[in-house]
This record gives sequence, structure tokens and C-alpha cells, in this order.
Amino acid sequence: MKETIDNNEPALEIHDLTVAYHKKPVLWAIDLSIKEGQLVGIIGPNGAGKSTLIKAIMGLLPLSSGWIKCYGRPVGAVRGILGYVPQRESVDWDFPVTAFDVVLMGRYGQLGPFRRPNRKDREIARACMEKVGVGGLADRQISNLSGGQQQRVFLARALALDSRVYLMDEPFAGVDAATESAIVTLLKELRSQGKTCLVVHHDLQTAAEYFDAVMLLNMRLVAYGPTSEVFTHELLQKTYGGRLTILADAAQAVAAARGGN
Amino acid sequence: MDAIGVLASRVSADASLVDQIVTFFSFGHLTLVYGVIGVVLMGISCGVLGSFVMLRGMSLLGDSIGHAVLPGVCLAFVVMQTKNVVAIFVGAVLAGVLAALAIFGITRYSRIKADAAIGLILSGFFGVGVVFLTRIQRMSFGDQSGLDKYMFGDAAALGRSDLQLMAVVTAAVLVVLAAFFRHFQVTTFDEEFAASIGIPARGVHAALMTMLALAIVVALQAVGVVLVSAMLITPAATAYLLTNRLQWTLAVSAAVGVFSGLAGLFLSFVFDRIPTGPCIVLAASTCFALAYLFSPKMGLVPGLITRIRNSRRIQRENLLKAAYGLLNCGPPDREIALADLARARAYESSFVRRVARSLRRVGMATVTDNGMVLSPAGYRRAAQVVRNHRLWELFLTREASLAEDHVHRDAEEIEHVLGEEIVAQLERDLDNPTLDPHGRRIPPPIPSVVSPSEVSSEGAVDAR
Repeated sequence: MKETIDNNEPALEIHDLTVAYHKKPVLWAIDLSIKEGQLVGIIGPNGAGKSTLIKAIMGLLPLSSGWIKCYGRPVGAVRGILGYVPQRESVDWDFPVTAFDVVLMGRYGQLGPFRRPNRKDREIARACMEKVGVGGLADRQISNLSGGQQQRVFLARALALDSRVYLMDEPFAGVDAATESAIVTLLKELRSQGKTCLVVHHDLQTAAEYFDAVMLLNMRLVAYGPTSEVFTHELLQKTYGGRLTILADAAQAVAAARGGN
Repeated sequence: MDAIGVLASRVSADASLVDQIVTFFSFGHLTLVYGVIGVVLMGISCGVLGSFVMLRGMSLLGDSIGHAVLPGVCLAFVVMQTKNVVAIFVGAVLAGVLAALAIFGITRYSRIKADAAIGLILSGFFGVGVVFLTRIQRMSFGDQSGLDKYMFGDAAALGRSDLQLMAVVTAAVLVVLAAFFRHFQVTTFDEEFAASIGIPARGVHAALMTMLALAIVVALQAVGVVLVSAMLITPAATAYLLTNRLQWTLAVSAAVGVFSGLAGLFLSFVFDRIPTGPCIVLAASTCFALAYLFSPKMGLVPGLITRIRNSRRIQRENLLKAAYGLLNCGPPDREIALADLARARAYESSFVRRVARSLRRVGMATVTDNGMVLSPAGYRRAAQVVRNHRLWELFLTREASLAEDHVHRDAEEIEHVLGEEIVAQLERDLDNPTLDPHGRRIPPPIPSVVSPSEVSSEGAVDAR
């Protein structure tokens, strides 16, 4: 599956993407093309549709319009190439699994009925845990991990997928400084391996430092490009300033007209 | 089945309690053998499925489906005019599915929230079921129906065809779960991630719901509609308190289900045929209560014991500290008057005596009529605690920039819980200091002369 892709195509290409929740548009007509091997920050205010964009790319949400291609192929056809790191709060950390169990889930993609992950899968999972510095916590039940350790476990699980494009939803949220710098190191290493990472990020201060390119999002794509060009006062003002709230009002009107709530 | 039922009731009427118990364990009656097989199958299927149901936060849904099957059971009876196992099975499954769809529809297409929708459907369907049941019992063929067994369950009334159905469903559940265990695990833990790696999350959910409906329906005969949800929730909740890995949660849950089933059957048989359902639920609830109180990691009692032990240890260490202060760098084996200790810490003298005895018990001091002498281990721990206290004060004033008069209370707590690693780290960070912020000497570490195990167990930070 992974061999059939065209490396000359952009890692990710999004055309006219519109997504609606309960008939209410949250993303309008996004066009985007991302080259391989970049660290891309997705920046925008609350409710800008950052998580929605990531989920839509992952194929987890129905699209109202548009298409998404990964290395020139529709995303449904290239599942193993896209790796997803959900928000840490999206799962129940009291769940009866160990940290190692969670990382091993990264190897479940190819698993058929009656099959267990084999020794190679286990070795990969172990190596991924070492790489993010949680190798010693493999047998811990996940509720006994700190927030930063939980986030690292999620990242180790994503590494175990061995994907080429990673989509991460707020990996820096609520982690300690050591974990934050570990994640940054990891992102740079992934980039050096030619992998592409899209990272939802909240902190404008560090965004300029962490990412090669930045996507400014507020229901519409305000700007996308190299961090130095996009991080201008004017564009940030446009993303966070009041003018775009009219989009939310318009979305409400659309939903009302379609008979939603 | 009626002949057997009559036989069983006659047995219970005539025999004494002891005879009943003997009869139970000799498995003389076929009904009893059937009952045992039935509750074992039910315990396994409900136990494993219940774990998933609980972890997915769908426990109440299971409850409402359990209640909602009653009208289906009754309608099947009316249509077939007899208690046909297959017809009742189909009727119950259809009613259960209809209830699940109704709950989904109400939450999806109105502003009613899930808990209210579940309550609505549960009571609505159950009410209709009770009306049907009452009508049927007044019909000419009603009294031979045995339908009332569906309310509270009667494992002793299980017939061969009931058991065949239960065996098929349980086997199917186990095979499906064994085949797709990893898929069920990952979708239950993190549905979106599972979908992102190509696992059909909706399909997995549908499979679970189907198996759940089937398991509920086959459990009906044994526990009845009113209490069937207990077989899903209680063993699973018990296992959840005792285990940290899903495989074990499933296994323990099934074991609790089987045990409760057997214990309930026994109670029901011995005590004059109380309906089996309540007896089984009683046994399961007892298991849960025991796990809640005594689970080694999460139980209330072990937690309480740990807290009491910790507070005793802190009392001992505070007295050690006072003794260390009174020794004032003199010879460590000098006798210290208990009255002086009481004055130093503003303690009652009876309290000092009690704590001193406690120190003697752990080998940290010898106690005389009016005084005590620290043992080498006691002196070592005393120095350690004082050292922790002063190191921590120094750390707070230097690194956290707290004022000198703000650090004592903090250090009073921290001194008892600092492990060796953190102390070593503090020493490194503070460049092996010798004086605390108040200018008092920080005692150097005393090398262990007694068995190190005792000190380390005393100094260890308890998990709670």
C-alpha cells in the first residue's frame, strides 16, 4: 500500500473542503497544499475549526464538499500513511490498559481476526516508548502517568504507526516543560526523516519558533506559508480580530435556514 | 417442566434446610443441573460483555434494553399461544432493538438528553410489558405460561432448549471476542484513533450492541427482566476495581458472574425457592461491596489502613525530631526525659508515652519509666528527617524565593515523604549545603549500621 504512492505529489492537498456539524458549517472552502518534510502549525482562536480540520483530513468526519489527497491518492486509500494523535483529554485514562498496551495499539492497523501483535510489533512499540522517554513506564496502568507522560505515550503510539504524515491535536496542551522540549526534539527528528507534521498549537509565542510553516485558521484559511511571512501583525489581527466573527453569525444563519438548531 | 417444578417445590416444602443443602450439592435433580449450567453460561456471557458495556459508559442502556424486552416476550407468547423458546427469543430481541433505536432517535432528533431518553424508554416499554403480562395471565391459557418467571427469573425452570440457546449465544460471544479482542479494546479506549487506523468503529459498536441484546435475552430466564442489568453492571464494576488490564477485567468479571450465579442459585434453592434473580444479584452485589471495601489498590479499607500507618509514622518521626533537638549534638545514646519531649512539641504526656512505645515497637528506641533512648536506627532516621526538613527549607528560600518565615509549615509535611532520590537531587542542586536558612546546621547523612531494609521501609513514600 505504501509503495504505490507518488513521492512527487504534495504530502497533503486539500481542495474546497467544507465541513458542517449538525448542518452548521465549521470550515468553509479550505484550499491547501503542503509539501513533504515540513512542520506545520495550525493556529487559530477557539472554535476556529482546528480539530475539525484534522479530523476531516483523517477521514473521521463526513465532508460537505471538497476532497483531500495524500501523496496524490484519496486519503481512504492510503490509511497507513496518515498518523493521528488525538487530544489527550479525548480518552478515559482510567481505562484498564498499561502504557505498553496503548502504544501497541499503533500496530493494530493490519491485524486480522484471531491475530495478536507479533514479536516485531512488540519490539517496535518498545523502541517507540524509549524514543519518547517512557521506556521505563511500560507496565504502568495509564492512570498512574502524569499528563506529560500520557502525552508521550500517545506520541509513542503514533510513532509505532510508522506513518509519513502526522496530524497532532494539541500535543503541547497541559504538559510539563521537559515533555514540551522532548516533543519539539521529536518533531525535528521526524522532519529530518522526511516526515510531515501538522500540529494544532495554541501558543503564539512558541509557534514562530517551533514550526517551518503556519496555517492561520478561523473557519476559513486566513493564510498559509512560511512562518516568517505569515506571522505578521496584519494576518494575526485578521485571524483573531473581530471581523471574522461575522463568519460564525453566517454559519448560524445557514444552519437555521437548513432546519438545524 | 411442570412435573419437575412440582417435584422441586415438594422437595423444598418437605425437607429441612440441611437436607436441601445436601440435595443441592449432590445435584440429584435435573432442574438443578440445568440451572447450574444456565447460570454458568449467563455469568460468562454477561460478565465479558458487561465489561465493555461499562467501559463504554453504556450501563444504563443495558438496563433499559433489559426492561424493554418484556413486551416482546409477551407478544411472542400471544402469537404462538405457548412458551416457544425461539419465538420468545425473537420477540425479545426485536423489542430490545426497537428500544435501542428509540433511545437513539430521541436523543438525536430532539433536545432530550440520553439519560432522560433511557428513562423514558425503559419505563414506557416495561409498563406496556406489565400490562400485557397481566392480561395474558387472565386468559384461558395464561396460567400454564410460566411467563411470570420472566419478571424475577427462575433458573430452576430452565429447559433443555433454553440451555441450547444460551450455549450457542455464549459460544458465539466468546468466539467473536476472541477473534476481535484487539479491535474491541482499541475502539472502546479510543474510538477516533481506532477509526483512523482503519478499524470499522461503527461495525464494532453494532456487533457489541447485538451481542449485548442476545446476552440480555438469554439471561432473562435466569434473572428476569427487572434485574438483568445487574448481571451486566455488577460483575464488571467489581472486576474494574480489581484489575488494571482489559484481559483480566473480562476474566474476573466472568468469574464474578459465574460465582454470583451459582451462589444465587444455591440461596434460591435452599431458602424455599425465592426467585433466582434477586438471589443472584444479592451475591453479585456482595462481591462488589467486598471489592469496594478491600480492593488492594483502590479499596477503602486498605486506603484507610495506609493513611493510619502514615499518620502513625509521622507522629513517630516528629517525636524523633524532638528527641534529636534535645540531644543537641551530644552523645546519641543519652536518655531523654519524656516530659522534656512533651514540652518541646507541646504534646500531652500520655501521647508522648504512646508514640514512644510505638518507636520501641519498630526498633527505633528503648523506653524506660520516664524517658527513652534512641537506637542507632532511630537516631539515623531522626537525623534524616531533620536533614530533609532543613534541606527543603533551604530549597524553598533559595530556588522558590519564599520568605524564611513561610517555609516551615511546608517542610513539616515534606520531611516525612522525601525519598532518597529527591534528597540526592536537592543536595546536588543546593551544592551540598551545611546550613539551613535559619542558620542551623543541616545534619550530614549517617551511614547505615543497622539493616538497611528497616530504614528504607520506614523512609519510603507510601503510594497514598
